[in-house]
Amino acid sequence: MNSAPMTDAYFEHGADVGIVGRGATIEQAFEDAARATFAIMTDLDAVHPIETVNLELEEADNELALVRWLNLLLGLARERGLALGQFHLERDGMRWRGTASGEPWRAALERGVEVKGATLTMLEVKKTASGWEARCIVDV
Amino acid sequence: MDLSRLQRLNQWCWTLPLAEGERRGEVRIYGSRELLEAMDNKVMEQITNVARLPGLVGPAMAMPDAHWGYGFPIGGVAAFDPEKGGIISAGGVGFDISCGIRCLRTNLDLTDVVGKLPSLARGLSENIPAGVGEEGELKLNVSELDEVLIGGAQWAVQCGYGTEADLKFIEENGRMTNPVPENVSMLAKKRQRGEMGTLGSGNHYLEVQVVDRIHDRPAAEAYGLHEGQIVVSIHCGSRGLGHQIGTDYLVSLAKAASRLGISLPDRELACAPINSPEGQQYIGAMNAAMNCALANRQILTHLTRETFRHEVADAVLDTLFDVSHNTCKPEYHSVNGGKRLLYVHRKGATRAFGPGNPSLPERYRAIGQPVVIGGSMGTGSYILAGTAESERLAFSSASHGAGRAMSRHQALKQWRGRQLVDELAREGILIRTRSMRGVAEEAPGAYKDVNLVAEATEQAGLARRVAFLRPKVCVKG
Repeated sequence: MNSAPMTDAYFEHGADVGIVGRGATIEQAFEDAARATFAIMTDLDAVHPIETVNLELEEADNELALVRWLNLLLGLARERGLALGQFHLERDGMRWRGTASGEPWRAALERGVEVKGATLTMLEVKKTASGWEARCIVDV
Repeated sequence: MDLSRLQRLNQWCWTLPLAEGERRGEVRIYGSRELLEAMDNKVMEQITNVARLPGLVGPAMAMPDAHWGYGFPIGGVAAFDPEKGGIISAGGVGFDISCGIRCLRTNLDLTDVVGKLPSLARGLSENIPAGVGEEGELKLNVSELDEVLIGGAQWAVQCGYGTEADLKFIEENGRMTNPVPENVSMLAKKRQRGEMGTLGSGNHYLEVQVVDRIHDRPAAEAYGLHEGQIVVSIHCGSRGLGHQIGTDYLVSLAKAASRLGISLPDRELACAPINSPEGQQYIGAMNAAMNCALANRQILTHLTRETFRHEVADAVLDTLFDVSHNTCKPEYHSVNGGKRLLYVHRKGATRAFGPGNPSLPERYRAIGQPVVIGGSMGTGSYILAGTAESERLAFSSASHGAGRAMSRHQALKQWRGRQLVDELAREGILIRTRSMRGVAEEAPGAYKDVNLVAEATEQAGLARRVAFLRPKVCVKG
């Protein structure tokens, strides 16, 4: 993989990468942010949804919820040796329940750059004219 | 960076004067005009925010290789007094806790291995797990991992990965004191299960280098270096465990700061007082992650030795030094004529103890601590020696790398990985990687001129140049 991923999913940062997720709902914006994050590591279209991980977190602060959602996904993916490509999130008040699907890393999957974690830098979750936007810097 | 707001203290050191009514500590940025002009304004903004944190002692500093980070800038140094409400910040250490460089000197010259470099490159790329998704052969359960977190490189040597002699040349003799594995989340431990002895990706590398130039012959002799000699540098950190601790505590410290009434100029400076339960909890976890990083580089050292000996039976690779550059450590420093215990954050900055420091191995004590400024894969790296005046200037700290000059996104637009690998091969530098995107992002042109950074580091008095190393083989994650 040597092409710049979807340009509107990223913004400039000196050393790391700024990711942006957009959607009609906050949940969809978070799902989109997860896609932007995991697309730094591999070509999501090539990832087969063979295994699913479930996750749950409680967080009243929307911005911290974004960081925790991304970091939990990154942690679970690494714990299980998975490349994740599909994401789904539901919210009930301050309770967030999500699933992500992917497959164990295999030789044919293209290798991008490992994302260490999502940071609080340039962290923003906001309502826009067309829905929601969620952004932060991820450390690579 | 807009230099109009800065005041030049000397040719290599700048400060930001206080605005009327502004309350904060001193800000100091080291580097030449050229280096500062190329820095992002965010470096000044971030280091100025650090200068507003409670309990700061001395200036908040940016090293000559500084660039925009999260929380602290990369290349940021700041010391805090626990008895004056000083804080510990996860964003002041970084996610890759104790990321650093292990430098090995060999008994080989370039002339001994020049024909074997392609097979050496192949062997290293096969034996060193590198890149996203790669795991090592060593699989540890949670209780075994706790032993790593307590024992560090000493654990690795006890397991047969190296020798007692290695430990003398690792900071803290290979083991950070006061680790608390219980403060490390189960997810962090599970994340590390298959990651011991792995290099990682991004700017991490394993390089076979040749000593190209000696700047300081007595220091080079003490370090066992001569022109034409082969050395190996391994740049990596605490892998998934450190990353998870960083992410876990970034959020919990952000909440703690709010609860404890610490006014943060920016949320990304999440921190807690050193002498608070939250601060102590992070410190225990961070110390455990430091031991994970030290053990990881020790295992990689072992794998490197095995690979070299497969190619050259009598190859000897001794540890020259192992130095971390993402840490916060308790150290005694001279402040106003007395010694005080300070917690020194170095995020993308190297500790650089000067001559006579009792923690240095006897072999280096008269010279000063070896400091490594890792450059890009196409240019080279420097070994320097800590100076006596660095204690006064920067609590004995120096630069850690060339520092990025361009974002990863810009680099991807400008370079193709395959093309870079071919161009570098024509220059005699063999790149082995599974990620062409990673190579493009790490293009030599995306970094500052390492020569300018090393020169500024020396001229500012932070460390003095000893040797310049030119890459011959680079394994990238």
